[in-house]
Parts: sequence; structure tokens; C-alpha cells
Amino acid sequence: MCKVNIYITLKEAVLDPQGKAISQSLKDLDYDGVNDVRVGKYMQVELENRENAEQKIEEMCRRLLANPVIEDYTYTIEEVV
Amino acid sequence: MKFAVIVFPGSNCDEDMYHAVSGVLGEEAEMVWFKEAELEAYDGVLLPGGFSYGDYLRSGAIASVSKVIDQVKTFIASGKPVLGVCNGFQVLLEMEELPGAMLRNRDLTFMCHEESLDIRNNRTMFTSQYGTGETISLPIAHGEGNYYCDKETLETLKANDQIVFTYRNNPNGSTADIAGITNEQGNVLGMMPHPERAVEELLGNEDGVRLFESIVKNWRETHAVGN
Repeated sequence: MCKVNIYITLKEAVLDPQGKAISQSLKDLDYDGVNDVRVGKYMQVELENRENAEQKIEEMCRRLLANPVIEDYTYTIEEVV
Repeated sequence: MKFAVIVFPGSNCDEDMYHAVSGVLGEEAEMVWFKEAELEAYDGVLLPGGFSYGDYLRSGAIASVSKVIDQVKTFIASGKPVLGVCNGFQVLLEMEELPGAMLRNRDLTFMCHEESLDIRNNRTMFTSQYGTGETISLPIAHGEGNYYCDKETLETLKANDQIVFTYRNNPNGSTADIAGITNEQGNVLGMMPHPERAVEELLGNEDGVRLFESIVKNWRETHAVGN
């Protein structure tokens, strides 16, 4: 079995109004020096086995989990014994 | 003309869409549950608004990989008209039948009011009954209608005259004020405003009727052989 942690983030060129609102709110709480906040998604996917995990996850991200027009993705794979 | 209104779990403008073509225009129409859809016998497919699969993951994303989608792709490839409104537009984007993607509205709020729209292309099978440069008013109702595409895609959309509707007063931050676009072949229209909610005087607005009339008229003209 293995656990996959997937991080999906908005592409740099894409505006993130949610991140902007959060950034403003942090400033209102007197946190100086917050340059920017970007909101993304974190998913945990559990796979039955480690075999071809990269290939499977890549395909899942491209076909469904991320939208390549606006999002980038990265992932890490942890083997669970 | 025979329409299929595809109903996904969470569709909520399906009845309105059905009423627009069946009740108002008197055409044949059926509400088709997405799992049971057989689209071959239909002349037009309508993808309604709503919140398919609760907008989980991204609006339209889960519906865009459901079983019926292969059939919708075949239908599109055959050149028959497909109209996606609101969530239907989001599904078409996620299917990659239309370029671009939807982001949350610039102001992060759900918007529900009428917007003035400029008809930018009335030479489509969806807009031929509108005048060149005409301005109409249609209701919008969405939280994720902020249309996004990169510069290159925008140039292609412009060059091919695929931008059909633009907002007069951009409510949601959409790139180039875009409210509706067609595919390159011109048989798929996706739009955020709701023409099906503006089809009779009782609803306070009839500006949407001509969109459905355009589809029917163009279909009649291309199927006029023997009539």
C-alpha cells in the first residue's frame, strides 16, 4: 500500500481572489510583511500498491484531479507497510 | 426538432431548459438522466445549469468524466448543436470541448441578477435571430463564472470569432468580458447567463427566446429537404 499526497496550486498567471482576501485579513490582524497568499488543495490518495504509482497519479491528475488550464500539481509518495 | 436535456445529480435548471424548448417553442424535448442517455436519436443536446455533483473538486469536473460524456463528444463531433448554460458551460470547459476554465468570481460572491450582454457574433447557429451588435439582458446566477484563458487562447478565440457574448459591465472578472463562446466548428455554445430563464413575458424578460429560436430555425433550414 502507499499513500500519495497531492498538492494542487493555481498557476502563477492566474489571479487568486480568495488568496487576496486572506492576505488582506492577515494584514488587518497586523501581520506585516505578508507579501502574498495563494490558496490550493491538498489531497491524500491511498493506492493498493506501489507499482506504477507515479504513472497512475500523473494520469489521475491530468484527467480529473487538476485542471491543467489553471492549475499545477506536485505529489509525494509514501510507502506504507 | 428533438432535444435532450441531460440531467446530472445536482442539475437545477433542467426543468427551465426543458420548458424553453418544449413549452415555449413547442419542440420535442426529453429530460434524460445522465446514466440512461442514448443521444443518437436527438437533434440537439442541452446541458443545464445547477451544481452537478455539488460542484465538488471543481464546477463541472466530475460530470465531465461521467459515462455519458463519450456520447456527448460523439454528438459534438457529428456537428449537431450542443448548448451548455452555466454549469453546462463549466462541464464543456472541463470536457475540453471549449477552451479555458472557470475561476471564482472576482469578488468571491455568488451573483444573481440581470446583466447587459453585447452580441458579438450573430452568425452562429445559436444567435442568428439577434441583430449585429445588439445588446440584450439575461439573468446570471453563479459563483464561479470568472472565465479565464491565456493570451494565446484569447487571440485564437478572437481570430475565429468564437466570442459570442460579452458583458457590458463585467460582473465577475472574466477575461475580455467573455460571457459565452463557441467551439471552432461553431456547433457548441457555452455561456454563463441563463437564456432559459428569460423566455416569456411572465418571467419579466424574453431576450433568451431568440437563442432557442435560432437553434431550431437553423436546424429546420439544414433539414428542409423534402419539405
